[in-house]
Amino acid sequence: MAGTRRIGAWSRGTLFLFAAVVIYLAVLLLLPIAALVVQVAKTGLSSLFGQVFGGDALRALEMSLILAVIAAVVNGIFGVAAGIVFVRHKFMGRRVLDALSDMPLSVSPVMVGLAFLLIFGRGGWFTPILDLLHFKITFAFPGLVIATLFVTLPFTLREVSYVLLELGEEEEEAAAILGASPWQIFFRVTLPNIKNALAYGVTLTIARALGEFGAVLIIGGAISGKTQTGTTFINVAMEERRDAAAYGMALVLAVASVLLLLVLEALKKVEIKADEE
Amino acid sequence: MGIRVENLTKRFGSFVAVEDVTFDIPTGELVALLGPSGGGKSTILRIIAGLERADEGSVYLDDQRVDHLHPRARRVGFVFQHYALFRHMTVFENIAFGLQVQRMPKAKREARVRELLRIMGLEGLDDRYPSQLSGGQRQRVALARSLAPEPRLLLLDEPFGAVDAKVREELRRWLRRMHEQIHVTSIFVTHDQEEAFAVSDRVMIIHRGRLEQQGSPGEILDEPTNEFVARFVGEVNVFESLVRDGLAEIGPVRVPVKAIEDGPARLVVRCYDIRVWRAEQGVATVTRVMSFGDRVKVEATIDGGAGFVAIIPRRSNLLTGVEVGCRVDIEISHLRVYPAGSGA
Repeated sequence: MAGTRRIGAWSRGTLFLFAAVVIYLAVLLLLPIAALVVQVAKTGLSSLFGQVFGGDALRALEMSLILAVIAAVVNGIFGVAAGIVFVRHKFMGRRVLDALSDMPLSVSPVMVGLAFLLIFGRGGWFTPILDLLHFKITFAFPGLVIATLFVTLPFTLREVSYVLLELGEEEEEAAAILGASPWQIFFRVTLPNIKNALAYGVTLTIARALGEFGAVLIIGGAISGKTQTGTTFINVAMEERRDAAAYGMALVLAVASVLLLLVLEALKKVEIKADEE
Repeated sequence: MGIRVENLTKRFGSFVAVEDVTFDIPTGELVALLGPSGGGKSTILRIIAGLERADEGSVYLDDQRVDHLHPRARRVGFVFQHYALFRHMTVFENIAFGLQVQRMPKAKREARVRELLRIMGLEGLDDRYPSQLSGGQRQRVALARSLAPEPRLLLLDEPFGAVDAKVREELRRWLRRMHEQIHVTSIFVTHDQEEAFAVSDRVMIIHRGRLEQQGSPGEILDEPTNEFVARFVGEVNVFESLVRDGLAEIGPVRVPVKAIEDGPARLVVRCYDIRVWRAEQGVATVTRVMSFGDRVKVEATIDGGAGFVAIIPRRSNLLTGVEVGCRVDIEISHLRVYPAGSGA
């Protein structure tokens, strides 16, 4: 077989490196998922899903999905718009803004949740105005949205910016000279060229939104049936010793992650195929 | 349609890309902007198309000032060096794009695209994607796309720079034929003098953002107005010389020159304007003899140090007995004199 022959041709050093990488990945990635599956098998699948698809668990799952969709739409649009602004236009402070957009990748979500509490929470800067308008952000749905949008901000922007930079401006210039309006250029030239990057970025955004824990816990408070998401539900369920519910929710989220992973792989293949053409 | 460019100046930061360029191109002419890379040719083209804004000066198309017009309102065609074809559209869709955004009815649009596919020899390729085409085919699609909306002016930026030598030759001939058929006023940018002379009616030499000279290929070759142009086109020898009483001195050689004051001067002599033949007394010693197909290059050093290259037809009697180390006499049949220190 081609595969075995190739391994046979490897040097000892390469073989060692290969083994090290495989073992590392197995311990870090496969073991936890296997543990989860074993646990689920012990408890029994039907009773687990009974725990998840009912009552507060289902509402938590719904909340996670709604937040993921909002993040995908808002940050998808923002990512494309900001990508075009940062890559295609030169203005003062562009680099600073561009670098700042990566901040959600580097700061801890818990800290972000705290920071938003300082702004919108009790005694916060905007609280008097919000109270006057009877608009509640912290420990309410808007807070969850803000937290999720923050942590998922850079993904689409990064993917789209990178591709826009690679593409260059010539196709857009050609379209302009041929008589296309800015909207025509965007929808007929730019968007088709970045659609794979956009899909990739949106998929990452959804994955990140589903997995977010710290920021939504701090700003939302994980109030059952109100501001609880899939991840914060697991936390509460563990504390309340509802193990089956926790494992069930974990499995549902894990399955969602695997599905998203498959989508990402498929998108990568499309990208490679497009490059080869 | 004619085009006039007046006092065009463009700076990028402290770098002056285009400096006070003025020219006039009558309707139907095919003009080459020729010059070394980075000399501002492409910037001039981009300003005319509206892709770049000039710091000073104006562009007139058909006597209408277009400085304020967006590229889409100028009705010019532009062919990019790297084609810039829409990669997610087929050949047909690429060519139809300009017609579609300008809302030409579908039937008319299709007829126009079919016609262009035929003229460009692209029939049968209409549902291919750009990535499935050869370089020459892509360039023809780019040309068809730019011609589809019937532009009043066609701009080509190094149109044959990215294809190999053989295809380039073909495309050149083909561009010339195209132009004779449709007669759209065209400007093309190139750094290849052979290309400029082979294709265009008129050549403009652009160097360091300035228009050094314009004229027919013959005028540029025979009457270069400054040393840069003289040196840039064709193979030349440059001699540092001293002029005294209408005679330029190169070592022991005296050459009559006109219209220049006594003093140091620079003589520019094309390689084919120097003749050498074997002569035992002689004024120069041959250092190298190289054959290139129909021509022979003879390198020699005039007594006193000045080296030169002469290009002589291979079958010429002049070459009899010319070999490395032999003594030769020389005759300069045509030369240009420039005051020392001028030009590049």
